[in-house]
Amino acid sequence: MSMLGLYGKRLLPQFIALAIILGLVSIAFPGFFSLQVQNGRLYGSLIDILNRGAPVALLAIGMTVVIATKGIDLSVGAVMAICGAVAASAITSGYSLPATLLLTVGVGVLCGLWNGILVAILDIQPIIATLVLMVAGRGIAQMVTNGAILTFNDEGLIFIGSGSLFGLPMPIVIWITAGILVALLVRRTALGMLIEAVGVNRRASTLAGVSTPVLLIAAYVLSGLCASVAGIIAAADIRGADANNAGLWLELDAILAVVIGGTSLLGGRFSIAASLLGAMIIQSINTGILLSGFPPEFNLIIKAAIIVFILVLQSPKLQGTLAFFSRSNAATKPAESKAK
Amino acid sequence: MQADRDTVLSANRIDKVFPGAKALSQVDFSLRRGEVHALLGENGAGKSTLVKCLTGAYHRDGGTILLDGAEIDPRDTLDAQRLGIGTVYQEVNLLPNLSVAENLFLGRQPRRFGLIDTGAVNRKARALLAEYELDIDVTAGLDSFSVAIQQVIAIARAVDVSGKVLILDEPTASLDAHEVAMLFRVVRRLKARGLGIIFITHFLEQVYEITDRVTILRNGQLVGTRDTASLERRELIAMMLGRELAAEVHDESGAAKVADGPVRFQFRGFGRKGRIDPFDLDVKAGEVIGIAGLLGSGRTETAEVMFGARRADSGTATIDGKAADLSSPRAAIRQKFGFCPEDRKTDGIIGDLSVRENIALALQARRGWARPIPRAEQDRLAAEYIKALDIRTTDAEKPIRLLSGGNQQKAILARWLATNPEFLILDEPTRGIDVGAHAEIIRLIETLCEKGMSLIVISSEIEELVVYSHRVIVLRDHQHVAELTGAEITTDSIVNTIAGPAKTPAERSAAAGEIA
Amino acid sequence: MKTCVKNVEWLHFGARIHFTKVILYDYIPPSLRSDFWEEIMKFVKALSCATVLAGCVFSSVSAADITVGFSQIGSESGWRAAETTVTKQEAEKRGIDLKFADAQQKQENQIKALRSFIAQGVDAIFVAPVVATGWDEVLGEAKDAEIPVILLDRTVDADKSLYMTAVTSDLVHEGNVAGKWLVDTTAGKPCNVVELQGTTGSSPAIDRKKGFEDALKGHDNLKIVRSQTGDFTRTKGKEVMESFLKAENGGKNICALYAHNDDMAVGAIQAIKEAGLKPGTDILVVSIDAVPDIFQAMAAGEANATVELTPNMAGPAFDALAAFKKDGKEPPKWIQTESKLYTQADEPQKVYEAKKGLGY
Repeated sequence: MSMLGLYGKRLLPQFIALAIILGLVSIAFPGFFSLQVQNGRLYGSLIDILNRGAPVALLAIGMTVVIATKGIDLSVGAVMAICGAVAASAITSGYSLPATLLLTVGVGVLCGLWNGILVAILDIQPIIATLVLMVAGRGIAQMVTNGAILTFNDEGLIFIGSGSLFGLPMPIVIWITAGILVALLVRRTALGMLIEAVGVNRRASTLAGVSTPVLLIAAYVLSGLCASVAGIIAAADIRGADANNAGLWLELDAILAVVIGGTSLLGGRFSIAASLLGAMIIQSINTGILLSGFPPEFNLIIKAAIIVFILVLQSPKLQGTLAFFSRSNAATKPAESKAK
Repeated sequence: MQADRDTVLSANRIDKVFPGAKALSQVDFSLRRGEVHALLGENGAGKSTLVKCLTGAYHRDGGTILLDGAEIDPRDTLDAQRLGIGTVYQEVNLLPNLSVAENLFLGRQPRRFGLIDTGAVNRKARALLAEYELDIDVTAGLDSFSVAIQQVIAIARAVDVSGKVLILDEPTASLDAHEVAMLFRVVRRLKARGLGIIFITHFLEQVYEITDRVTILRNGQLVGTRDTASLERRELIAMMLGRELAAEVHDESGAAKVADGPVRFQFRGFGRKGRIDPFDLDVKAGEVIGIAGLLGSGRTETAEVMFGARRADSGTATIDGKAADLSSPRAAIRQKFGFCPEDRKTDGIIGDLSVRENIALALQARRGWARPIPRAEQDRLAAEYIKALDIRTTDAEKPIRLLSGGNQQKAILARWLATNPEFLILDEPTRGIDVGAHAEIIRLIETLCEKGMSLIVISSEIEELVVYSHRVIVLRDHQHVAELTGAEITTDSIVNTIAGPAKTPAERSAAAGEIA
Repeated sequence: MKTCVKNVEWLHFGARIHFTKVILYDYIPPSLRSDFWEEIMKFVKALSCATVLAGCVFSSVSAADITVGFSQIGSESGWRAAETTVTKQEAEKRGIDLKFADAQQKQENQIKALRSFIAQGVDAIFVAPVVATGWDEVLGEAKDAEIPVILLDRTVDADKSLYMTAVTSDLVHEGNVAGKWLVDTTAGKPCNVVELQGTTGSSPAIDRKKGFEDALKGHDNLKIVRSQTGDFTRTKGKEVMESFLKAENGGKNICALYAHNDDMAVGAIQAIKEAGLKPGTDILVVSIDAVPDIFQAMAAGEANATVELTPNMAGPAFDALAAFKKDGKEPPKWIQTESKLYTQADEPQKVYEAKKGLGY
């Protein structure tokens, strides 16, 4: 009960930000909240946000855990491109769907392993270590697809991008499931606490007996895994692997989602739910801009302004000031009532 | 309030309020020309806050500050410096990658044709340091010198820039005896030049050695200002704590105690190249082994190889006659070892995590991630140790970084006690913590060994080692040079062994400079 | 002309690597610091050398009397790859010895390639310039060596006397052809059009929008009701089309889609289908580029028309060169490629089969 209260309090700023944005969008576009059932699945702008936000949401899950270890994974966008390319080329060269998925996820895990080993074993700064794959990854993806968009027609693979389950588009089902699974994994075991300990003070954690290298590698592997699933979804969505554009800059959106979710880039305390809300906030802004009908020249400015606003609201300084004011208000009120 | 003619700095009725707490309340303080004035108090008493108000780092909420009789209101530390108040902190706040000369004259270098005149900078730097009897290569990088020399350089800069008041904030915390002596020579010289010096420290011996007056704060309030010479040690402690401290009147007769029983932990030829020469050590159950030596003599290094923080590259370790793997902290923890490191901030606490999580961490790490300690069990553990060790925290869920040094240290101890260790290594367990916590930790060491735990305690406070050690190992130049037992354990014999066979002062200071 | 856009991105990317190199140097552990970038750069250089060599080896060795050096930007997109393939095919068809050099998005590589061509004494140089500026010196050297230079696909900011001619398409004209098709097809019936723009600020996006709007002028039955950028990508094309459909009464208000490239159209077609509408019937789809995938959609009746940005820039260039060699006839300074309109009537399946192998 009190746990739930604590959890709610942690997520409150994100919920408020999301509500404000959704409110603004519905003013600009009145039909925003309408939902219908079409071809046996829910259909509407809200569903679009959940659906389009899937890749960033998935990346944000892995990114949250990596950032909690005081790391960062710049390679996720490139890993998405690699995995999309691998999936497309596997399915078009005749592999079965399970084999394709297994292979693709395996490649994602390998990418994560590479990053993890660079960071945990060779002790390279995460930003540099993952930059290597970020630079090389898109090239690898282009090698797999020969620079062209590799189109496929396998209904099974396409289902992952645009099919639906329980009336919800598959990407939504996948990211929500992944979010719940990972959240359970880190919070029902001691992983969450150990990851936070490593993120706050790696040396002290090692001295306390925490196996830091294993945890660090696991974090990057999880990130690679999430990126591979995001890559499959992105490719399945357009029925083709676009090595040039798949996941382009999405690593930055994922990092932003984590930051909006309130997890510090300095590592430590993290919340996967908050990062997922962050991802939805970003997608709501994107979809809202598209629905509002502003000329495209304004897209980036509007997005930046809203994000700056959210981040300023969350800044510790401002929060400290607000808390101070609310406390001093609370302190003066009883005095006033006594005077009466 | 009338200041006497000698007063260079006086602060009257200073108030400082932080959200939720009153840090200073109507505090008076005055500093004379040519005096060293100690500012004392337990952690959280308001020493730093007062200093920060004087240097403009904080803006005070009430009261006046007079410098040479004129009211001042420093906007920031730079402003205070210009007015004549310089500060040197425990962690030297200079730029380690610049040369000594550049550090001394940064931002005010002599120029020629608009360019920095490096020759003149170096000349002036040499002249300035000569006043401090420091003959070093001023073109070498600051980080190539020991912390003590860096302190002196920082002092030289502060005095040169400011020149009226010098504030030394725990300058001796990371210095060994030789270096402290060197620093004190500098302080006496400056005192003779008429500077007012405020000296903040935890070491009471140093207070008596160097200061003329003492001002004691407690809970943000002034307790009193006294002449050091006429203030008895017990009275001073009573003023600081508001109570008598049992440990300070501890008699030294306990020193002759011996632990009997079988040897449990045996190290043979244990060492690591370049860190600590191979040593032999036998430890019995319920025995406290004290480790003494100067900073850099291999004290911490001994602890590190025993705990696997750095893997030993020679020798063997056996426990109860069986070979034991101590190749990593995890391996050592499996052998029921525990290690409270010297540097609490970087090696001990997990700052953002709660007191509860910090206490549960080592136990959880040993159980593995897949077997989480249930929350109720964690709460019980935390509550138990908070009570047992008297860890002062409002709440087990408070981030540990918000606790005072002594309470952090106790929480780290709790972390290891929760794992039921049989061999506990404490590296400087009482450094930088207030007197009250100090005494409690010493009592705890005694209780633990009575319960049969084997302890290795490294400390630079020799009186302390004398109180609780069954044996004292003395280290010099990365070697275990002597083992003192029973009646041999006295302050004098330890000091003599550390000092070793007669060396020329030059050799000694060279060695001290090199290892620090 | 998505290729232009890709290159803008690649340039940014290069700048970013440089930026990261400068800013992040301090984060590299000291043990690696001195060698780290050298290692990466070595690796990258080795990779690019390998590709360049592969490209060079590929040059056909026919017993031709004409040798042409071709400096290609790279292979950053399907269209670019197709251009390379077609150029090689066209050379082979004419029995011309083509020396091919892949510049890996770098002007310095192109300049190096040009100098090497000059040193080899080729009969002509084709270059698809990666950037517009900085060509005067090397073009001057070619002029001094009396080797004619023909620009393909893009132009440069240099004196016109420094090159013989430029073979490019007319972006405005492409948009115009698409617009005319829509005007003719709707034949005066009222029609709300939604537009998927290219990357904001890129010249293909600006010009293709202008050409289309020019064609619609005076036809009040056609109205552009929504216009957003889809960044030339399928994913964004699909996402933006989804929002258009929501915003325009589930798509019932939309009668036609104009996309600045085929990729966005392909993405949008999927969005239309998922919204329960029939692309090509309920919503007319017209786009530009003529990549193979759009012909598949046309064959399935899901797209209506596309305007070709021909990958065959080399053909007209070879022809101009032949005419010049034969009787010294200087071609005009700009040769505009044909912007051919394809509709469902043009046997799209056949075109698809033909284009499939070009490397798009």
